Amino acid sequence: MSKIDYTRAAKYFLLADIWTGFKLGFKYFFSSKTTLNYPHEKGELSPRFRGEHALRRYPNGEERCIACKLCEAVCPAQAITIDAEPREDGSRRTTRYDIDMTKCIYCGFCQEACPVDAIVEGPNFEFSTETREELFYDKEKLLANGDRWEPEIAKNLEMDAPYR
Amino acid sequence: MVEFLNSSWGIALILISQGLMMAVFLLLSAYFLIYADRKVWAAVQMRRGPNVVGAFGLLQSGADMLKLVFKEIIIPAGADKPVFFLAPLISFVMAILAWAVIPLNEGWVLSEINVALLFVFAISSLEVYGVIMGGWASNSKYPFLGSLRSAAQMISYEVSIGLIIIGVIISTGSMNFGDIVRAQDGSLGIFNWYWLPHFPMLFLFFISALAETNRPPFDLPEAESELVAGFQVEYSSTPFLLFMAGELIAVFLMCALTTLLFFGGWLSPIPGLSDGFHWMLAKMGFFFFVFAMVKAITPRYRYDQLMRLGWKVFLPISLGWVIIVSFFAKFEMFGGVYARWVIGA
Repeated sequence: MSKIDYTRAAKYFLLADIWTGFKLGFKYFFSSKTTLNYPHEKGELSPRFRGEHALRRYPNGEERCIACKLCEAVCPAQAITIDAEPREDGSRRTTRYDIDMTKCIYCGFCQEACPVDAIVEGPNFEFSTETREELFYDKEKLLANGDRWEPEIAKNLEMDAPYR
Repeated sequence: MVEFLNSSWGIALILISQGLMMAVFLLLSAYFLIYADRKVWAAVQMRRGPNVVGAFGLLQSGADMLKLVFKEIIIPAGADKPVFFLAPLISFVMAILAWAVIPLNEGWVLSEINVALLFVFAISSLEVYGVIMGGWASNSKYPFLGSLRSAAQMISYEVSIGLIIIGVIISTGSMNFGDIVRAQDGSLGIFNWYWLPHFPMLFLFFISALAETNRPPFDLPEAESELVAGFQVEYSSTPFLLFMAGELIAVFLMCALTTLLFFGGWLSPIPGLSDGFHWMLAKMGFFFFVFAMVKAITPRYRYDQLMRLGWKVFLPISLGWVIIVSFFAKFEMFGGVYARWVIGA
């Protein structure tokens, strides 16, 4: 006959585990909640957060993109399509800059490849749409994004600059 | 007016309105108990719980009820239709029926019968039929196995609940809830109640109540993650709602039983304060809180552990306690705290 573990038996009959559980449960019961009321409260984002794309402009309003097509080349999902020809003043600009957001994998390579910091992934992650077509971004939409998010994008680039 | 109320029509009217009041009380309690249950559970998990629908999420239960009611009722092919729909009705009606003999205050009881405790016990045994019929009529393997499992669980724990209740009945000498509560009245307030003389049985009763009402840690019937929700698998929409509401009202019934049997019902814990419905409600609310806390902190029992606990631990202990209590009561030991029929008679 095996020896009876009396300590264990005593703990079992005195419901030791349950009391410990209650203690722990009450500790968490009164601790502050970790839930964020999402649409009203939002979590912290890293300056490196890769969200919705945007095409930036220089402070004088000139668009940065020089149509080098490095982003198009590096894009692993082949989501970017660029056409380019010289503008009237002789500078090389895009005539077409499309990103298929349904293909994009948000890897951030386009941002890394860009020599003039034109295409960036901004901090916006709330750009769901009701139709698929709305997610085929064109140049106009991307420039509008750039104008809308420029303060945040500039701040994030500045904060991240020491680590690049 | 008085004449009309004393005629048979008047009495019928009074009875019907009393029954309706009780039903409304129960449905309202169920409404807020779901909410409280979810809030407590959420709080222990450091979540906020429902807080979007209505102020503090108070309308969440209503929204969920509406959602369930408006969903499509899916009837499995080959299901025994009458039995399929009878099963949720049985579990809901039986859960409510037991409240006919539960007093909420001195004299606030639908039917004052002398075998009230036996009646509650009989009705809660009948609840097993809802489970078995639901599982069988679904014409599906999982619900069938689930219903066998749940039925075995509910019957096993009813045995120990029955024996625990016998201790209280012996002490009181009556199965009437009014008498049981009045026997706990005394000059010491909270220390006159049965929880003190029947101390270990309080825990046994509470744990058996958890198992009897399929609450965690004994929620094998609805272990959706590993045992696919047992007998309720094929139920959707309103029948499912009836099962859930019935279960919740049964839980509340167990809170009421704990209060009445061990915690002096509507009696005030502090001598001198007035007794009343508020004490009953507060105590039931407290026990429901404990139910919810237990749900939040305990992992689920394995089926063989559940059966072992029921038959090899609870049954011998409660049986032994019955013998001990009858001994204490017969010889009026400990100043007669176990023989309180003397007080009533």
